[in-house]
Amino acid sequence: MNSRLLLSLLTLLAVLALGGGLLAGALPLSPGEVARGLFGQGDPATVQIVQELRLPRVLAAFVCGGLLALSGVLLQALLRNPLADPYILGVSGGAAVGALAAMLLGAGLLAQQGASLVGALVAVVAVFGLGFRRGESHRLLLTGVVFSAGCGALVSLLLTLSPEAQVKGMLFWLMGDLADPQGLAAATVLLALGLVCATLASGGLDVLSAGLDKAATLGLAVGRWQAALYFAAALFTVAALQLGGSIGFVGLMMPHAVRLLGVTAHRWLVPGAALLGGAFLLLADTLARTAWSPLQLPVGIFTALLGVPVLLWLLARGR
Amino acid sequence: MLAVRNLTVSIAGKTVCRELNFAIAPGQCWGVLGQNGAGKSTLLRTLAGLHPAEAGEVVWHDAPISRLPRRELARELGVLGQQDSGEFWGTVEEFVRLGRFPHRRGLFGFSATDESAVTAALAAMELADLAQRPLNQLSGGERQRAAIAQTLAQQARYLLLDEPLQNLDLRHQAAAMQVFAERQRQGCGLLLVLHDLLWAQRGCDHLLLLYPDGRAEAGPAADLLTRERLEALYQCRLREALVEGGRCFLPGV
Repeated sequence: MNSRLLLSLLTLLAVLALGGGLLAGALPLSPGEVARGLFGQGDPATVQIVQELRLPRVLAAFVCGGLLALSGVLLQALLRNPLADPYILGVSGGAAVGALAAMLLGAGLLAQQGASLVGALVAVVAVFGLGFRRGESHRLLLTGVVFSAGCGALVSLLLTLSPEAQVKGMLFWLMGDLADPQGLAAATVLLALGLVCATLASGGLDVLSAGLDKAATLGLAVGRWQAALYFAAALFTVAALQLGGSIGFVGLMMPHAVRLLGVTAHRWLVPGAALLGGAFLLLADTLARTAWSPLQLPVGIFTALLGVPVLLWLLARGR
Repeated sequence: MLAVRNLTVSIAGKTVCRELNFAIAPGQCWGVLGQNGAGKSTLLRTLAGLHPAEAGEVVWHDAPISRLPRRELARELGVLGQQDSGEFWGTVEEFVRLGRFPHRRGLFGFSATDESAVTAALAAMELADLAQRPLNQLSGGERQRAAIAQTLAQQARYLLLDEPLQNLDLRHQAAAMQVFAERQRQGCGLLLVLHDLLWAQRGCDHLLLLYPDGRAEAGPAADLLTRERLEALYQCRLREALVEGGRCFLPGV
């Protein structure tokens, strides 16, 4: 598909998803009520629902999805592996160990968030320190996978040791949940900056995907690019984790979905994947909080339920 | 002028060459011959500044190559490695266009000069009809031609090509060698890692022989292409035959 056309369609999809997310909820609101509520007019209760509940939630879902997809694009270019996703380098594993350990110790919500942030940052630094070599990507990838496996074992251990009453909360954390997003403003700025920088760097990303040696002989300072991509992707992942926990599928598959729709150059792939990731996670989250209303389900379930059939169809079609 | 001075290269404890000296002048075509694992690719990567020299230096116009900014070097030196197409998702044309990256001025888009270099490179490798196909749908030989076209599009003054003829059928081997000869006539310096003695004999005016014991010999092809040398190089018996008045080497039984 033509790149500009696809990007326009994805922008339209994102706008529709934002609108749908604002309209849907336990209390049905008309488009007019939502629009007035956004500008602080009309019934005060409606204004409160729109401005304090739905808007932050909808924005959090969109920004989280955009960050995950952007991180996925960067990591797939850095690691030159189609299976690379934002969690492959152990960031979410470290965050999960931190958060669950804090929960087990009975820490409050703020301490849990802090512990997950610390866990994620420890993972970022440890994997980079142990696995980074200039001009090589497999060692970094394997180090991340091994680190993640270790975190997975620790998570299982923490779940086993925890009293039953806490286990459900822990499982919700692990499945990803946008009910309590942290740092939305910072994450939004980060996404905007990340999009601009990654689009400006799109030529270099294209060159990197032809191989590290090739990129070096085409004039790219490969070591610096590798380090910059790693830390940028890690930063986006950490911000996404703070918004919604570890939500699977978005970071891995949104870049591939855009590629399968025929757009492969990073100049278009970067904004395309971010738009699709944001719209997709927003749709999944809207379903997660309305399908069994008033019960709110973890969004991670819906990203896979929605995404798997679509991606399987796209993959089968491409043959 | 690309030259090596007292170059010692080793990889994983194995010496590839010791105190090697040679220079590729503009308009020369050097062939590198040796057994599998002799270190031909490692030597080429050292010349390209991708592998550190153990001692000595690689010099580009009197400046050590390691001191030159990569982007500046990329406009002068085109390098074709052995596994180049990697995880590239785009079309053949987009892949070849990557070769223009070192010449690009703005952040986006390419100039008319860039586009004409890409078109010429695609035509030279007979890829015009495949230009809009995804690279990863191509056969091994077609991908190799795309990789060569990418390096040609770079329009560098020197070309270092690691087994450029791998996976190519006979016709495309000849076409590729003809393109290299054309570049040579235009004053480019070339270095080709080859396994086919016929092409080494026909296409190269100088040779670099990397013997299994870490010894290396550099010089004019006419002096180095002897049965004794090649038998020591490949550690196998060879026969000489006369074809159209020229010698050629065949595996002896």
